[in-house]
Amino acid sequence: MSVTGNNARALPWALVTPALAWTLLFFVLPFIAMGFSSLTAHEGGGFTLGNYSQFFTDPSYWRAMVNSLEVTAVVTVISILLAYPFAWILAEMVPERWQRLALMLAVLPFWTSYVVRSYSWLLVLAQNGVINRALTGIGLIGEPLQLANTRFATVTGFVHFFVMLLTLTIFANLKQLSPSYRKAAADLGAGPIRTFLHVVLPLTLPGIMVGAFLTFVLCIGDYITPQILGGNNELVMPQLVMMQIGRRGDFPLASALSIILMALVTIAYLACARWLKIERA
Amino acid sequence: MTITARNPLSTLKSHLAAACATAALLLAAGAAEAADLNALIWCDHSDPALLEPFEKANDVKVNVKEFEGTGAGLAIVDQSQPGDWDVMVIDSIDVPRGVEKGLFEPLPEDKLPFADLFSEVKMDKSTVVDGKRYGITEKFGYNTIGFNKTKVDPADMQSLASLISDKYKGKVAIYDYYLPVIGMAALAIGKKTADLTEADLPALKAELLKMKANAKLVGEVTASQTALATGEVDILVGGGEWVTAGLAKENPALDFSIPKEGAVLWSQSLAMFKDSKNKDLALKFIQYIMSPEGQARLATSSCYWGMPSNKKAALTDEQKKILRFDEQPGFLARAQAYPAPNADLDKKMQDMWTEMLQAQ
Repeated sequence: MSVTGNNARALPWALVTPALAWTLLFFVLPFIAMGFSSLTAHEGGGFTLGNYSQFFTDPSYWRAMVNSLEVTAVVTVISILLAYPFAWILAEMVPERWQRLALMLAVLPFWTSYVVRSYSWLLVLAQNGVINRALTGIGLIGEPLQLANTRFATVTGFVHFFVMLLTLTIFANLKQLSPSYRKAAADLGAGPIRTFLHVVLPLTLPGIMVGAFLTFVLCIGDYITPQILGGNNELVMPQLVMMQIGRRGDFPLASALSIILMALVTIAYLACARWLKIERA
Repeated sequence: MTITARNPLSTLKSHLAAACATAALLLAAGAAEAADLNALIWCDHSDPALLEPFEKANDVKVNVKEFEGTGAGLAIVDQSQPGDWDVMVIDSIDVPRGVEKGLFEPLPEDKLPFADLFSEVKMDKSTVVDGKRYGITEKFGYNTIGFNKTKVDPADMQSLASLISDKYKGKVAIYDYYLPVIGMAALAIGKKTADLTEADLPALKAELLKMKANAKLVGEVTASQTALATGEVDILVGGGEWVTAGLAKENPALDFSIPKEGAVLWSQSLAMFKDSKNKDLALKFIQYIMSPEGQARLATSSCYWGMPSNKKAALTDEQKKILRFDEQPGFLARAQAYPAPNADLDKKMQDMWTEMLQAQ
């Protein structure tokens, strides 16, 4: 009996051990190594807090974090505003038998390389690109607008990607919503708008927040899109991290900046988890 | 049934035999790898047109790993086992960094064509340390003004002042590498690139900010090349033959100038690792790259073109024309050294570059 009892207690640990070992090897240990590295001087190798103090005292470094947060916030909000109606139309207005095909078409851009997609946007937004040619062609503008190599271009590239992601999470949430909620609201005299605002929207908030959190994490840590589309006219945090490595190989400062970036993601997670009570799920 | 009928000892023996066979295979594979040449390189060395003749002639495989920036390259070496790498391409000014780390083997000058090199690009100041030569310059060029001659007045491109003039506002891209562009800023304000000190930083910053105010973008190699080729911009600060020569066939309007203030000379070197297990093969590879044929192939690599450091490079007349081979003596006379700051000044220069990028 006691052997069986021990086995029963050991089984969950045995099952979870591979995942724990994976996390320990590929997250916890590298993170600790990065933490140590961030407290080491690039020249000489002694202990220092200089890498962190540089970030907090140098306005151009600080500005990178502000840029990252601004871009991420704008991308997240625009992506939600575009993805929600899109997911709604897919879930509510497209016939059931076409939904799978419609979803597949919606996520089709996921199938192309991320780098190729970013360069494609560069060509679309360029001075001689599709948009400027169209606008000048119809006489709406006399001179081409500067669309490429701007924050607008970075946001556009991001939104194109994250709308797909948010559409999936919101669509899944909408499909799980029982029609009886809406019927009950209608029985109680609520119109379509009131039903949406007071019943459907609150119940789909978890889908929005999960998508928004994923958008935040992926967007704030992305290097490729701002590098290709932003034209380096302003730096975001991942670009600042990469700058430290290229020629000088300043891994301690790059580590410190990465840990600050990770702290931002952790704060975002805690905010979302607390609000949605994810820990109780 | 057969398996269960075997006794445990024979099972163990068969497993041991399998393990031994696997180990032998791994050792054989290891030996095969040891016969290969492992090269840490820039993208111009990964062109099959460059590597295949060497591989065929020596019946070996050249395994290449590309990197960008000396810091990234040295980090790869740090993460490798001694002996993993045989040769490395490195900025000539950074050869001493590898020597300080004890990575490189002195090169036998008598077995390499030093006498055939353009004397101005031997870079003895950085490739020779304590009387021993650790690097040989294989390719060079200029960080200067690249431009589209149908869109700008070529006469304007003879002065660095044009880069900050209103005439070309919004028509300029800046190559995103702080050392050569800071070198160009130094030339613009009348400073010698070799003499830059911390005291020069405020004036350099002011000049960089003026360039940024005129620029549409600050781009790495592909982005800046694309911007110039597609007409997004008409001028590339820091551009040169490495941008325009490779595109000459598709876009003959692209050209470069060496302005009256001068240009910044870039150069890349080959070095051999001290712990290489194939020093003979590594030397053969360096000799091949430095040979007239190897030099011609490297100079016209599909990744980017550049001047061969060997004057005897077997380039065609057309290729020489595109690279402006015959004008080199004049160009070299006006070119200044790539800035080679010490670690402290290097850090300050990079921070100044960060400020420039963040400036609105």
